[in-house]
Amino acid sequence: MQLGFLVDLRLCMGCKGCEIACKVENEVPLSTWRLRVKYVDVGSFPETKRTFTPLRCNHCANAPCERICPVSALHYIENGIVNIDKERCIGCAGCVMACPYGAIYIDPQTQTADKCTYCAHRVASSMMPSCVVACPVEANIFGDLDDPMSNISKYIQEHQGNVQVRKPEKGTDPHHFYVGGGNVTLNPLASFRGEGHNLFNNLTHLPIGGHH
Amino acid sequence: MAHEIIAATNAIVTLDVALPGIVWGWIITMNMWAKSIGTGIIFLAFFLLKKYPEQTAFIRLPVVAISIVFIHIFLLFTVVDLHQMFRFWHIFFYPHLTSAITIGAWMATGFVGLLFGMAYAIYIKKDTAMYDKLLGWTTLLAIPVTLYTAGLMAESTARELWQMPTESAQMILAALLAGSATMILMGGNKFSDPIKKDLGLVLGFSAFGAFLLYMSEYIFGAMKAEEVAATLEFVKGGEYTIMFWVGQLLAFITPMVLVCLSLKKQSYYLLKIAAVSALIGLWVSKHVWLVIPQLLNMS
Repeated sequence: MQLGFLVDLRLCMGCKGCEIACKVENEVPLSTWRLRVKYVDVGSFPETKRTFTPLRCNHCANAPCERICPVSALHYIENGIVNIDKERCIGCAGCVMACPYGAIYIDPQTQTADKCTYCAHRVASSMMPSCVVACPVEANIFGDLDDPMSNISKYIQEHQGNVQVRKPEKGTDPHHFYVGGGNVTLNPLASFRGEGHNLFNNLTHLPIGGHH
Repeated sequence: MAHEIIAATNAIVTLDVALPGIVWGWIITMNMWAKSIGTGIIFLAFFLLKKYPEQTAFIRLPVVAISIVFIHIFLLFTVVDLHQMFRFWHIFFYPHLTSAITIGAWMATGFVGLLFGMAYAIYIKKDTAMYDKLLGWTTLLAIPVTLYTAGLMAESTARELWQMPTESAQMILAALLAGSATMILMGGNKFSDPIKKDLGLVLGFSAFGAFLLYMSEYIFGAMKAEEVAATLEFVKGGEYTIMFWVGQLLAFITPMVLVCLSLKKQSYYLLKIAAVSALIGLWVSKHVWLVIPQLLNMS
């Protein structure tokens, strides 16, 4: 069994329900995210549109975070999930450096690395990840990539040619796919990201926490 | 807002999490800088004791003392930077051998053990033969201890500015630069002219080599990958431009010029200024190179 995720970006409406469900389920501290929905505005007024991209750990088959972790705190479990043992983590932040997707952060409360685990604890109880349950349009599709009859496998087969992963050139073999993605949604360097106030937020630098 | 939009995509991130912060900051710079001195002086001691055994016999004790001090500064800052520093022992009891951090920790531990063996040989037993024998093994182990940080950086997949084999070459050159500079300052006027000349040449050529690598990245790096291009923007008119060039000037350009002048004028004083400049500049240039890839947006 190799569990994977697929997000149909054509369905996502940016409600951030998945983001909130994840925070509640996993008690993710303020100012940190296991899953976030990136909003990118494209075009110039009046020809504008807003795109939404849920971003989480890609649970790569060739995970740089697992490779660099000096104590195997980041490890594979049998179903392909890259899990984290917070009791073992020494907080070296090597994984934060190694992840090409910026999916790992240092939890300011535990002072250890943390990231999306595909809700491994729920999966172990035969439940869907909380973000999947919360999505009102079923844009999040979760299942076994090894099973050709699973929803995710069928979805990938049906949308061949329009299924993408983030940064395929890094050779990480992500188990997280997008349908309907493009350069704007999947390439972080394609968009301007400004510091300071915008309509709803005051964007500033990440609080690193701890002794830094 | 049109003036803030990247022309190619016409896209701007609006509702988003904070910009990336610096996770590995000056503590890691101190770590790398102190390690360069701690291993570099061992390389130079091996070279001098092989080439000039009679004239450099006096360096044995100060070399091992300096190396022990700087390797412990390196170890201290390594541990201090951990968010869970009291779990450091996990590296030895739950080792993961694909990690450059694990390999580095083990190598550094062996290196420290050998350094204490050398200190015992020269300070307690007064046995130079034992010291020299241990120095050979210590020099061998100093190579992976110097290089493991390069491996660690190379394992950071999307931070394309940190890459092999460039980082390996940079780390070795930094160790030779720091080692020769420290040896010049440590030796005072006790060294003969040929030794001073050799130390000057090592300092000058390692500065030249390192500068060449930095400039190669600076000029050609952006042509290779968009991550490198975006990272280099921070030193091409961005917020780290001045710091970058201060580092290059102090670490490499000034030592190269002063080494040439000192060789021409037979001036050891100029060599000492070159050594001080190299040591200060090395910290600055390492810091810039450490920090800028962390400012890249990954998601």
